[in-house]
Formats: sequence, structure tokens, C-alpha cells
Amino acid sequence: MKIILEPWPWYIGGPLIALILFLLLYFGKNFGMSSNLRTLCAICGAGKKISFFDFDWKTQQWNLLVAGGAVIGGWIASTWLSNDLSVLIHPDTIIKLKGLNIQSAGSSYMPKELFSLSALTNPAALICLSLGGFLVGFGARYAGGCTSGHAISGLSNLQLVSLYSVIGFFIGGLLMNHFLLPYLL
Amino acid sequence: MRQFTFLSIGILFGITMFKSEAASWFRIYEMFQFKSFHMYGIIGSALFFGIIIIQLIKRFKLKSAYGELIIIPDKQKSFNRYLIGGVIFGLGWGLSGACPGPLFTLLGAGFSPILIVIFFAMLGTWTYGNLRDKLPH
Repeated sequence: MKIILEPWPWYIGGPLIALILFLLLYFGKNFGMSSNLRTLCAICGAGKKISFFDFDWKTQQWNLLVAGGAVIGGWIASTWLSNDLSVLIHPDTIIKLKGLNIQSAGSSYMPKELFSLSALTNPAALICLSLGGFLVGFGARYAGGCTSGHAISGLSNLQLVSLYSVIGFFIGGLLMNHFLLPYLL
Repeated sequence: MRQFTFLSIGILFGITMFKSEAASWFRIYEMFQFKSFHMYGIIGSALFFGIIIIQLIKRFKLKSAYGELIIIPDKQKSFNRYLIGGVIFGLGWGLSGACPGPLFTLLGAGFSPILIVIFFAMLGTWTYGNLRDKLPH
């Protein structure tokens, strides 16, 4: 039990993701989480004016259930399966983040400076959350997939185009991390 | 029954994302700083087994739980959309620290400001749908 309550090492997390990829294929589906955002737009009625959202969202019900399960899983893991939620990142990274005013680095799961209710009074935090979300949603649909659809499903199926996307993910991520984030935080 | 199956797979996914810390903003930040092997280990080992699983499925023409041949469609061939879309996604990933899977996981874990990220991710998706015909693909 103690091992479960500790953070899981990469060699547990990675193979479990491959297992999830297999389970979805075995039940006749493909692993890809960002499609749910399109489905949610369709449920909200976006299909009335935009053809991209004009499809029978009920065919995507299975994926919404996976997303709903992910919500429940997050609740189970944080409530019942964790002793200490702090993420022990590299000491250099902790120092770097403290220099960027992220004081919660090394002592929490998410930066309190962005993901706590009190942070919502800070305009910079609101910009990070909203702009970050917008780019994730826009980019995932433009690229036709996110980390699960391209980096896991696509690359596992040796799709060259998924490699283009994953290279793009890292170009964008590195640009943000090294050049833009220091000004946004 | 099928609904229960997909919900259960999702629960396993959510627990995995949270416990492996792939859902943590800090792990994504650290990954882009190249300071830890952790995230590369997760993605790399998932890919290692993923490639083997898909090769085995194709080689042995494995059938699904419903007796149908498992077909994994090839992705549409193109370059621009994958690279440009990928860069835009990466900018958002580096900023919010969350890709779409962890968005749902973090909501369940009680980090309520993630609702703002989810709302704007939907708005971004909607904007793409609106501009799709005008964008290079």
C-alpha cells in the first residue's frame, strides 16, 4: 500500500499509459483526449453555425466516458491514493521557479500562484490560465490531436505526421518555457 | 456494460496521470528545462510498449472484444497543420502545464481554476472550427 501512496515512477506510469492505449484499441476505439473538447462544443450547440461541430456527438459518448473517468480517477488518486502531494522536481528547477515568484515549487502538486482560488485575483495568473487553455484547444484541433493522439497513439502506430506534431509540441513548449513564461508569470 | 468499460478505463487513466505526476504543472515545466528524465521516461516507455502492442495487433490480426478486426486508421498526410498546430499546442502546454487528459484529471483532483483552462480550451477548439477553412492545412 505504501508504494501506491508514493508518487509513481516513470516505469510504472509509462507502461500503464500503453495499457490504456491497448484497452481502448481492444474495445474498438482510439486513444485521443482532445476530441472531447470538440464534442463538448458540439453538445453546446456549436454545430448550428459551424459545420466542424455538426456531427452526432452521441457517437463520441464513449470518449466522454473516458474523460469522465479521468475526472473520477483524479479525485480517487488525490483523495485516497496520496500521502504527500508535493512534486519533488529537480532542485535547480525549484530555485529557478522561486526566482520567477513560484514559491510553491517543490512543496505542492500544482503552483498555488496559478491554481488556487486566491490566485484568481491576480491578472497575470488569469492570463496564463486562459491563454494557455486557448492555445491548447486551438492547437490540438489544428494539429488533429494532442499528447495522447499524436505522441502516444500516432507515434506508436509509426505515423510520420505525428512526429511533425510532436516536434511542434516541443518547439512551442520550449519557446514558452524559456522565452515567454518568464515575462508572463 | 460498454459504458462501464469506458468509464473504468478513464478512471485508470486519471489515476495514472495523477500518480505519475504527468498532470503536474511542475513536471511539464521541468521537462522543458531538461532537468529530469521523469517525463521522457513516461512518454518513452509508453511509446516502447505502444509500438510493440500495435505491431503485435497488426501482425496477428487481433480481434477486438466485439469480434471485429482491430483497425487503426492512418492519419491524413500533410505537413503544415501538424507542425503549426503542434507549435501552437506546445505554447499552450508550456504555459498551462496541462494537455487535454490532465485537464480532466486536475478537475477531479479539485484544482478548480482548471475550469478556466477547460473553458478557454473549448473556446480555442471553437475558434479553430470557425477559422478552419481559412487556415493552411
